[in-house]
Amino acid sequence: MANELRIALAGNPNSGKTTLFNKLTGSAQFVGNWPGVTVEKKEGKLMVDKSVTVTDLPGIYSLSPYTLEEVVARNYLIEENPDAILNIVDGTNLERNLYLTTQLTELGIPTVIAINMMDLVRKKGDSINLKELSRQLGCKVVEISALKGDGIKEAAQAAIEAAKSGKTLPQHNFSGPVDHALAHIEEIALSKLPEERKRWYAVKLFERDEKAVEHLDLSASVKASVEEAIQAAEKELDDDAESIITNERYVYIAKMLKGIYKKKGSGELSTSDKIDKIVTNRFLALPIFAVIMWLVYALSMGAPIGDGGISIGTFLTDWANDVLGGAWLTDGSRAILESWNVAPWLVGLISDGIFAGVGAVLGFVPQMLVLFLMLCILEDCGYMARIAFIMDRIFRRFGLSGKSFIPMLVGTGCGIPGVMASRTIENERDRRMTVMTTTFIPCGAKMPIIGLIAGALFGGSTWVATSAYFIGIAAIVISGIMLKKTKMFAGDPAPFVMELPAYHVPSVGNVLRGTWERGWSFIKRAGTVIVLASIIIWFLSSFGTVNGKFGMVDALYEDEEVVTEEYVAQVADRMGIPEDEVEPMDDSILAHVAQPVSVIFKPLGFGDWKPTVATVTGLVAKEEVVGTFGVLYNFEARAQQAVDEETGELLFDENGEAVMEELEENGDQIWENVAADFNDFSGGHGKLAAYSFMIFNLLCAPCFAAIGAIKREMNSRKWTWFAIGYQCTFAYVVAFIVWQLGRLFAGGMNVIGLILALILLGLICWQLFKPYKEANKLTVK
Amino acid sequence: MKTLRDVKVGETAKVVKLHGEGAVKRRIMDMGITKGVEVYVRKLAPLGDPIEVNVRNYELSLRKADAEMIEVQ
Repeated sequence: MANELRIALAGNPNSGKTTLFNKLTGSAQFVGNWPGVTVEKKEGKLMVDKSVTVTDLPGIYSLSPYTLEEVVARNYLIEENPDAILNIVDGTNLERNLYLTTQLTELGIPTVIAINMMDLVRKKGDSINLKELSRQLGCKVVEISALKGDGIKEAAQAAIEAAKSGKTLPQHNFSGPVDHALAHIEEIALSKLPEERKRWYAVKLFERDEKAVEHLDLSASVKASVEEAIQAAEKELDDDAESIITNERYVYIAKMLKGIYKKKGSGELSTSDKIDKIVTNRFLALPIFAVIMWLVYALSMGAPIGDGGISIGTFLTDWANDVLGGAWLTDGSRAILESWNVAPWLVGLISDGIFAGVGAVLGFVPQMLVLFLMLCILEDCGYMARIAFIMDRIFRRFGLSGKSFIPMLVGTGCGIPGVMASRTIENERDRRMTVMTTTFIPCGAKMPIIGLIAGALFGGSTWVATSAYFIGIAAIVISGIMLKKTKMFAGDPAPFVMELPAYHVPSVGNVLRGTWERGWSFIKRAGTVIVLASIIIWFLSSFGTVNGKFGMVDALYEDEEVVTEEYVAQVADRMGIPEDEVEPMDDSILAHVAQPVSVIFKPLGFGDWKPTVATVTGLVAKEEVVGTFGVLYNFEARAQQAVDEETGELLFDENGEAVMEELEENGDQIWENVAADFNDFSGGHGKLAAYSFMIFNLLCAPCFAAIGAIKREMNSRKWTWFAIGYQCTFAYVVAFIVWQLGRLFAGGMNVIGLILALILLGLICWQLFKPYKEANKLTVK
Repeated sequence: MKTLRDVKVGETAKVVKLHGEGAVKRRIMDMGITKGVEVYVRKLAPLGDPIEVNVRNYELSLRKADAEMIEVQ
């Protein structure tokens, strides 16, 4: 509607912007992403006037064209042209906060300044002359305490008034030569623009800001005379134009504040400084960091309460999986539907397809909420920035952020919250890289695969599991180094010049809201992918053509007229298994498709239909790989269980172990079968083929739930496919190299395969060691 | 040329000039490290890099490689 007002909330990170936004809008918020990027966008209706929309811009320090957040913010301000800007300013850090203010006031949009944390300023004994500040900046200044909720209404009211009436014209001046150049630029290049926009574009042209220049579409002759004006000023002031502007803003602010900010504080260490002295102390920092990380992990992902651990997250997740998802949703719905005499296929669709998928989604929620709760606390209290400070040195080599440590750590438990935890990384490139590589770490659900391979072919040797972790970490490191040199990543600069905000007690409201927002966005966005995928896999594995009749294979197999002895013999022959091992699943679409598809895995050593089916069902949940082997190798007791678990239920460490124990108890038989089969189809190289199979399954696309999380975090179809495509290709290449090179030593070498493997290895090394220079420009539109 | 990298922990230095160009330089300046400002080097990260400095009354961390671009006296 035309007369609905729109207010943009702008300010530095850590200035209390989120708190203010929550206080301004209450519960009426819409959380999403800015189009095409991973930056979060929040909008809400003002509590005091529901017709006013508030848009929370990303936290920024400047309106430069170099960081994604800044580009998103300035594009919004220039193109959407909000009616007013409410600029929140941290009173304890006026100089740097007002630096952004001087840029905002140039936009010609009515601006109101809300000075936050005045209580802290007073506590130090300092004072700020707000009246004088308002006069000097040319816009209304109000005092607020976002945390306590003081002055919020007044700030909102002031912003509405400004939106209705006012115009803000920049009051600050630059030095003589710059002002002269700006006036000249306005005259020759910007005469057609509305008065209030001239200053902004003049400054941007002066700074040679390419994004602004593009926007203006100037003729070559005008560009040349603008350049002349810039060079004249640069020569006179002996610096480059961009630096001149930045410098003069700070000089102007420092001068202005001399009369406004009265410092009385004795310069004694604040509480925050004292905390930081201990927490990032040279010797204590790492132990403290380890303890905090252990707590985060143990509380969210570790052993559950009542089982020797302290994890309330795992406890609730187990309950959600076993009781809520398994017993109530899946089995309960099946019982009810069957009692209503609903057609079996519909029962299957609803119970094993839809409800199983919903159950799988809900199963993650408790662990996720506990994890997000702790991440929100770490973020809100200021420790998260210190994590980046402590870990930066290690992670930056692989194109990751110090904050990538948390996603990777959490990823050892489960990749889904791991991927979601990447939200705390502020740089988009680091964030995307983390999302892409986190699932390389063997998660709890991959443990049964490792256990199966180790048990069946390596005599239970522990080095298999150790090597799996090693491969996971190596995959992250290698991928990080390779990817940061690719076109997809190389464009974006990642300067690590980061504020270390003062520590403060986290706000309960912020933490709870942040926790819920992330949890909900997982349910909503990742959930749809998971449910859809569960239905598809359910369909593929339970439908098929049996002896010319299409239907649910389980039902068709009960019909002895369809499944004749002759037919069973046929199936056994086709699948290469004994007759008494023929299972309904052998006739499913999945099994039928698997046979031709398994050719793809021939160069990896496991081109047989059973491992292929297992790999595909692994997409539902990685421990399904083991469950599927159980079914396919006719392991009756295990098969029964696997059906139950086809609910898409994901097992974590403990459950994974439980599965393994069962397999160990009755396991000799299946291990023998698996070993015999792998030896059989690989021409006697069972160990190598199994190891290659394990590597592929550890590194390839994660389960659908994790894919959903990746999609949520990437917020882009292109990037999601790129991530999945990369993971699968990388897994394929590594398994290929292992299988082909391995046979060089094990015998049965294939010359063409070996040459290809060496070429691929060479390509990886070349990508790893080729020189690389960090780019300087941001490639976002 | 003395740079911020050479300043010892616990010492204060005055910025003379910023070298380099583009995104990193602009970012450093946006964060308040400009000509003439005093920078106090507070500490080194436990693994030896990055460093933490106090500038314009707040704490900032930057990598040694970037600190090398900042000429001080």
